[in-house]
Amino acid sequence: MPIATPANPALLDVSEVSKSFGSVAVLRSVSLQVTRGEVVTVIGPSGSGKTTLLRCVNFLESYDSGSIRIDGREVGFRDTGTRQRRSERDLAKMRAETGMVFQSFNLFPHLTAAGNIMLGLRKVRGKSSTEARAIAEHWLGRVGLAHKADSLPAELSGGQQQRVGIARAVAMEPKILLLDEITSALDPELVGEVLEVVRSLAEDGMTMVMVTHEMAFARDASSRIIFMADGGVSAAGPPAEILGAEIDNERLRSFLARFRASHF
Amino acid sequence: MLGQIAYALPFLAQGFAVTLWVSLLVVVLSLVAGVMMGVGLVYGPAPLRWAVRIFSDTIRGIPILVLIFFVYYGLPAVGLHLESFWAAVLALTLFKTAQVIEYLRGAVGSIPKGQSEAAMAIGLTFRQRLAYVIFPQAFRRFLPPWINGVTDAVKGSALVSLLGITDLMHAINQVIGRTYEAMPLYILGAVIYFAVNYALSLASRRLERRFSFIRE
Repeated sequence: MPIATPANPALLDVSEVSKSFGSVAVLRSVSLQVTRGEVVTVIGPSGSGKTTLLRCVNFLESYDSGSIRIDGREVGFRDTGTRQRRSERDLAKMRAETGMVFQSFNLFPHLTAAGNIMLGLRKVRGKSSTEARAIAEHWLGRVGLAHKADSLPAELSGGQQQRVGIARAVAMEPKILLLDEITSALDPELVGEVLEVVRSLAEDGMTMVMVTHEMAFARDASSRIIFMADGGVSAAGPPAEILGAEIDNERLRSFLARFRASHF
Repeated sequence: MLGQIAYALPFLAQGFAVTLWVSLLVVVLSLVAGVMMGVGLVYGPAPLRWAVRIFSDTIRGIPILVLIFFVYYGLPAVGLHLESFWAAVLALTLFKTAQVIEYLRGAVGSIPKGQSEAAMAIGLTFRQRLAYVIFPQAFRRFLPPWINGVTDAVKGSALVSLLGITDLMHAINQVIGRTYEAMPLYILGAVIYFAVNYALSLASRRLERRFSFIRE
């Protein structure tokens, strides 16, 4: 398991992050380090805080205490001490450092597949229309949709939409890619094509944090699995250890048992 | 009857120009103010949201005629003297602004939250999110009620004649005062108002078709 060292510092450093919605604690002092090139999968029962953790990393959600740093820079606040929120402009810049792919795709329905990818390239990265188009076509090719560049999202299948969603995120060259249950809204026969794209990105060395219920994929593709329960990290380790039989964690065992029962 | 109409037309033309000028001012000013306040209502901090909410609910609860008289006859009491023309434009604009606020709230509110989040995730700022993601999608929902509101503004502008402003309506009444032939002139007036508003409806339908790319 890659451990952050002075020579290989954590790209993403989540340190003792807590968050409550009203009186409900959704994150309880969560710590997590991800080094460059790692693929970390977060699993756990629904309501365990997986998605909230992911959304805190690009500050779609704020958090009450703790710190989240990407490449050493605090994400949502000017500094950890005063916890003064970054300006809108600053936040936008920080968010461009991470890419996010959503469960419900969230493609922009008024823009074509290429247009979805080009928007951030043009307005955030300042690329010319020609450059942006070339990059969009490159990434659409990578996800197997070169022929759909000028299709609107409504003309694409769920699997195709999600592949555009991935292309839109990676085209921005983020330091880290966040994948939030990206296959949960897909028909079973479309899951494979999307996971194939994720696998090829992992092979390219893209750093990823992925919330998923695809255990087989988590086992094959990730360098580390984090098991979350009740807003905290309950177990963490390489896939063989976490998904193996001899793990000494009652919660994880019952989660996996229930999971297997419902999937086979 | 044709003779009467031929006699009346030059008078009416001037009034018609005033009607169009009032309508245009009201539509443009209320669009700018209403969109800004509507954005405040949807995205602003709590005090701003309350202020806009109170403004909108109050204005929409007052008959437009009362609003016109209030601005023209009431505001001088607090030291604000407006010419009848500008008093009428202000009152109609306030009224229309409150409506635009609600159209905007409805249109923007219909866009799923995931759209804003996806736009945030690629690093767009608030203004960019509105300009490139939210407004283009909200536009299609905003348009039909707003065009309806524009035709209302044209019709409602007839109320300015009550402050003695010579718009189309007032011009018609003046001609009738001279000729004592009410019916042909009221019909003529109705035809002119109808022609303007029907043209607007047609334009609206064409625009809606052009922006029908978003399927629901």
